[in-house]
Amino acid sequence: MTEAPPAVEVLGMTKRFGDLLALDGVSLALAPGSFHAVLGENGAGKSTLVKCIMGYHRPDAGRVLVGGREWAIGNPRQAHRLGFGMVYQHFTLVPSMTVAENLVLGAEDLPAVIRWDEERAKIDAFQRRMPFAIDPARPVATLAAGEKQKLEILKQLFLGRRILILDEPTSVLTPDEADQILKAMRELTEEHRLTVVLITHKFREALGFAREVTVLRAGRRVGGGLVKDLTRDDLARMMIGSASIPDPAARQATASRAIGLEVESLNVLNDKGTVAVRDASLRVHAGEIVGVAGVSGNGQRELVEVLARQREPASGAIRVGGAVYARTRAEMRRHRVFVLTDEPLRNACVRTMSVAENLAFRNFDDRRNTIGGWLVSRRALRAQARALIERYRIRTPGPQARLETLSGGNVQRTVLARELSEDVAVLIAQNPCAGLDFAATAEIRARIMGARNAGAAVLLISEDLDELLELADRIVVMFEGRLVHETSRETADAHTIGHYMASQP
Amino acid sequence: MLARSGAETAAISAAALLGALVLFGAFVALRGLSPLEVYAALFLGAFGTWFSIEQTLTQAAPLMLTGLCTALPARAGLLVIGGEGALVVGGVATVLVGATLAGWPPPLAVALMCMTGALAGGLWIGAAGALRHWRGVNETICTLLLNYIAIAVMNHLVTGPIRDFAQVLKPASWSIGERLMIGELPGTSVHWGLAFGVVACLLTWGLMRHTTFGFAVDILGGNVRAAQMAGLPIGAMVLATCFVGGAAAGLAGTIEIVAVHGFASSSLVVGYGYAGILVAFLARQNPLAVVFVAILLGGISASGGLLQRRFGLPDAATLVLRGLLFVAVLAGNTLYGRFKIFRPPAA
Ligand SMILES: Nc1ncnc2c1ncn2[C@@H]1O[C@H](COP(=O)(O)OP(=O)(O)OP(=O)(O)O)[C@@H](O)[C@H]1O
Ligand SMILES: [Mg+2]
Repeated sequence: MTEAPPAVEVLGMTKRFGDLLALDGVSLALAPGSFHAVLGENGAGKSTLVKCIMGYHRPDAGRVLVGGREWAIGNPRQAHRLGFGMVYQHFTLVPSMTVAENLVLGAEDLPAVIRWDEERAKIDAFQRRMPFAIDPARPVATLAAGEKQKLEILKQLFLGRRILILDEPTSVLTPDEADQILKAMRELTEEHRLTVVLITHKFREALGFAREVTVLRAGRRVGGGLVKDLTRDDLARMMIGSASIPDPAARQATASRAIGLEVESLNVLNDKGTVAVRDASLRVHAGEIVGVAGVSGNGQRELVEVLARQREPASGAIRVGGAVYARTRAEMRRHRVFVLTDEPLRNACVRTMSVAENLAFRNFDDRRNTIGGWLVSRRALRAQARALIERYRIRTPGPQARLETLSGGNVQRTVLARELSEDVAVLIAQNPCAGLDFAATAEIRARIMGARNAGAAVLLISEDLDELLELADRIVVMFEGRLVHETSRETADAHTIGHYMASQP
Repeated sequence: MLARSGAETAAISAAALLGALVLFGAFVALRGLSPLEVYAALFLGAFGTWFSIEQTLTQAAPLMLTGLCTALPARAGLLVIGGEGALVVGGVATVLVGATLAGWPPPLAVALMCMTGALAGGLWIGAAGALRHWRGVNETICTLLLNYIAIAVMNHLVTGPIRDFAQVLKPASWSIGERLMIGELPGTSVHWGLAFGVVACLLTWGLMRHTTFGFAVDILGGNVRAAQMAGLPIGAMVLATCFVGGAAAGLAGTIEIVAVHGFASSSLVVGYGYAGILVAFLARQNPLAVVFVAILLGGISASGGLLQRRFGLPDAATLVLRGLLFVAVLAGNTLYGRFKIFRPPAA
């Protein structure tokens, strides 16, 4: 690990998917110890670029030079051997195994017999040289999200990978956790022990930690340079070109005080059978956004799962529009309840079905999408998809493309289009803008605000406090499954809320 | 479902078939036979003459129905292997009802027996679906055990309570009587079961491909969490697919009674149910493909006799080929998405 990373040059990378030119002659120079951010709107080709480098995709044109020599990288193994390592947004660790086991087992040429005492000594020595350390004996399942992401990075370094590619690594982290990790990475690059390529949607991260930036748009490099010469506005302009960003929707006064969504004394168990949501009571009025703040893992996921019918509550009541809400499809439709969950691919989509089909999950059995009420009209679904693709600017080869071929942000947009396009009375949204580019983020926030102005009761669960402060009329803080603090928009103060998020006062 | 490109499915299925044929060729070569001659005979025995085609179609009829028994629940994400048991249960139920219908007009009696068999098979596999959904019982193990139970129950019945002592060769149940047996398709020696099988496959194909129910089942089979979020009635869908699948296998049992045997005995247990699993997998759970795969496998079984006579290969040789096919198909399933030429979706 003392060796410096080799210089890397990516030249003229080009990749087509069918008729779609996903990547068009993109070049990237990575001097040893550089910290390079790649920015670009959803579907710009960022993930495709790094997948071509890592050998997941075979590029149609383009070369990769490592240490001045050209290499044909046909698969990820070869990329690993050249020193490339990749960290994803999602975790690839084995939860039931310990930190040490996860570190060791990542190796491709694992010996038949593992000498654990030697490995442990190696891990100890290794961790001493790292800016952060994690107790090797802990099972991964007990780690917090930030620690897991650190471990993912440690694993890559432990396996001797010195050119680290991170694809939106911080979307599962709190800003503090993200800063801490990126700072450590920055230090490692400054000591020339590591080269980092960071794909991100957050200007703050690119400007705060990277030294160089490349901006992609529609598969092309449209700008970049040294971070010190660039401002946030420069980057924004490069990213979206001449397109304009929707203005934040104004908060309008809403008159109705009818209760849209009500949760009373709700108790929910998590997968391990321990209490995740404790005696939660909460009311969301029509025309109001109630924000739930909290560090991830404090019961938010279980709360959303119960509301989305993905989990049964242990006790408590849920009411919508004053009536008991049993979460059936008929009730969802009658009360116009919609849900935007985290991780859309896992929670809300079928990756092998088409975009058109995924867009129709809520209304494939509506009169207008059927023939005679029980035959699905593919033509109607395609027409609906074309309209939504246009309105929500989903980048896809077409309505018939399989969902799994869309970029992460466009999968997210597909779900948003499905859940927001109809008249919404109750909206449950969890981190709705995670993984979206800044223009899309502004747009989605405007839509959520628009739904509120039109009288929807919105429960917004978010790990992004800025988002809550911008959108919510009221904020409650969730800590260890309890709603521990409530404040109105007028009195909300980031400092106090942060305090309650971290622990009880 | 637009799940996979047709070309990819066809290519991989063909590759699996070829792989199995190569392995089976090695097997017969080991016995000192020429693989090519064996395959020629296999083809002859399956499709070479009008007579062999009739044999093949006769064999294929029950396979279509038992194939559905695995294919339909699989669309909802369940691995059901209980076709064998459902067929037996359907057959026994058919006899129980049929034996009381002696004086009835035959068309009515046959219709009643078909409904009985389908109902019995449907409830049999439906029970497994219910246990799965409401009690978390693994449906694969459950239906496997239900097979043993069904066979044991039948053996008990035909050796005691409903035994027909006039039958001396082996224990057998009462007969439904010659009058209630259905005959052959006009101009052939293939019994009406073939029509039942083809129609059942066409109907379920339409159900899965074109109805809102089929669409909902595709969501469920693709991602349970998405189905939950959409508020779909998951329990009902699991039950329904299991019931319809079981009903198909139960109907196969009815057909074995009313078209072939006339009574229940151990001749119901000849592996149609297990072969149905293979049919469903080879057809990739597509009811329309089930028709063709069933004919293919029916052909392999039908040619067993010829292989035995001409090459002295044991009757089990066709089972070996079937097993190899199964393994090849399962291995082939791991290949999806590996071939770049199938990747780019049509714009
Ligand atoms: N396997 C694939 N088949 C077809 N098209 C694909 C495939 N993978 C990606 N694409 C398309 O290539 C384009 C670029 O996708 P990519 O994943 O690189 O975007 P991205 O910049 O990472 O976006 P995001 O910020 O949303 O993650 C998208 O339009 C996407 O639909
Ligand atoms: Mg991406």
